Amino acid sequence: MAVAAVLGLIGFVGVPFVYAVVLSFYNVRLGSPRPPEFFGVEQYRRLFTDPDLSDEFLRSLLNNLIFAAAVVPLQTGLALALAVLLNRRLKGIGVFRSLFFLPVVFPMALVAVIWRLILSRSDQGMLNTALSYLTFGHWTAYDWMGSATTAMASVVVLSVWQGVGFQMVILLAGLQQIPEELYEAAKIDRAGRWQQFRHVTLPGIRNTLVFVALLTSVLAFRVFDQIYILIKGGGGLDENATRTVMYEAVTIAFDAGNIGRASAITVVFFVIVVTLTLLQRRFVRPESEPG
Amino acid sequence: MSGVSGVRPRGTRGGRRPYGRLRRVGDYLALGVLALLFVLPALYLVIGSFKPSDEVLDGFAGLVPTHLSLDNYRGVFDSLSSESTGYFWQFMTVSLTVTTVVVVGGLLVNSMAGYALSRLRWRGRNAAFAVVLLLMLVPFESVAVPLFYLFNDHRNTVYILALPFIANAFSVYQFHAFFSGVPRSIEEAARIDGAGPWRTFFSIVLPMSKPVFASVAILTFLIQWGAFLWPVLMISDPSVRPLPLELSVFQGQEPPDWGQILAFGVLLVAPVLVTFVVFQRWFVQGVASSAVRE
Repeated sequence: MAVAAVLGLIGFVGVPFVYAVVLSFYNVRLGSPRPPEFFGVEQYRRLFTDPDLSDEFLRSLLNNLIFAAAVVPLQTGLALALAVLLNRRLKGIGVFRSLFFLPVVFPMALVAVIWRLILSRSDQGMLNTALSYLTFGHWTAYDWMGSATTAMASVVVLSVWQGVGFQMVILLAGLQQIPEELYEAAKIDRAGRWQQFRHVTLPGIRNTLVFVALLTSVLAFRVFDQIYILIKGGGGLDENATRTVMYEAVTIAFDAGNIGRASAITVVFFVIVVTLTLLQRRFVRPESEPG
Repeated sequence: MSGVSGVRPRGTRGGRRPYGRLRRVGDYLALGVLALLFVLPALYLVIGSFKPSDEVLDGFAGLVPTHLSLDNYRGVFDSLSSESTGYFWQFMTVSLTVTTVVVVGGLLVNSMAGYALSRLRWRGRNAAFAVVLLLMLVPFESVAVPLFYLFNDHRNTVYILALPFIANAFSVYQFHAFFSGVPRSIEEAARIDGAGPWRTFFSIVLPMSKPVFASVAILTFLIQWGAFLWPVLMISDPSVRPLPLELSVFQGQEPPDWGQILAFGVLLVAPVLVTFVVFQRWFVQGVASSAVRE
């Protein structure tokens, strides 16, 4: 009964994964008439310490770090604020929750397209227009995605917009695990709203919060779709400022046909993600531990 | 609409005393403004898809619901109607086929595995379960390059879009967790009546496991419908291009026809949106359950 799934997993995940490690020690090129040549750790040396070749990869690693460093606190914080705001007994609160969750169901390709319009460099772009109104016409066209300084910020904003509802739902579930009595006790002690948040809510969902932050960092390292579309699809996203590890792996495998190097990137990617996942696993059932 | 979390709100403050009317109005106002700002990009998508293209990228005019028509939708079908561009219905068919195969095939294969791993005794069971747990750690991104290399001869086929995603370690895990929580007594009764493991599974266990099937199905559907990385690597021929990949091609044309691009976007998101509205509770549970792994 389990044969199909287990074979499928071994065939499409296990074997390719081992193969990625093997390929990363070879010089393999797609469509090259020359047979694969054993390369030792040369691919890794080129990625990390080659003065001529490693710039691009190190930059993608740095970009990915910047992306994660921005998205994780921003998305977790915003999700927490929304969760606290929506965790009330108000009529119709479900509608609001649904609205904030809505972008989660949007395919990332579509999200990229919508934001390409909003952030358009033309003075008719939605954001530029809004800023022009707010500054009484002093703001003129600005190329959000094209300039190196704001390119990554643009990607961060659209990614947070798409994903925040997901974290919100997890945090909302965490908030609902906090026993009502704790709030009652806090009120008897005359704790205000902020003090309640600080001394009851925050400790109560600390574990969920850590879990969500680590989850978000794993997702942040996997970022690819929006970057690829906005760089390659006419969005004019600054490539050097936003290339990420997966973007690098795909372009090197696909555009350059350099399977060996792309595999080495993949292995580095795996090590990062698996480290974060294992860290996160320690927080798998945060709700079961009372505040 | 019911609460998104599927759990009744146990308000942090609601229990204190009844809201003053003024404060309640203030709360609604604040929530309303925030929600409006938040859904603005989605509104832009929908309104823009009905507007003339030159009004879509024209400051706030893009958000004003005037000059609405179905022209953009007709335009999508008209501009995508040749061998070289591909046909809209073709992209839709590819996406529907791949998603259906992955969802239905995945439910079947992974639920059987989850059941066998949690309930049946067989040699190698522990080893097989260890393999599943281990492979759960491997994100698709880290096998995409070797898969691309291994299946290079199968590029531009529909089946290669679906095959790698049918068996799914996380789905097996979810089924395993669910079946492990079901009392054994019912199955034992079936066995005493002479039912083998297959019959027990299909006629006893399956009908009472709707929740887990629903949440796995919805999560798989959501992920698969928007899948992008694998199609980028494997598909160049328009006749086998799924919708998200085609959207990226369609929006990249110069000069872009924004009205049509947004109409395309609406058509892309419509199936997920409808599912979301109808199965809201399952949807959120399904998505939230993915947190266990990701």
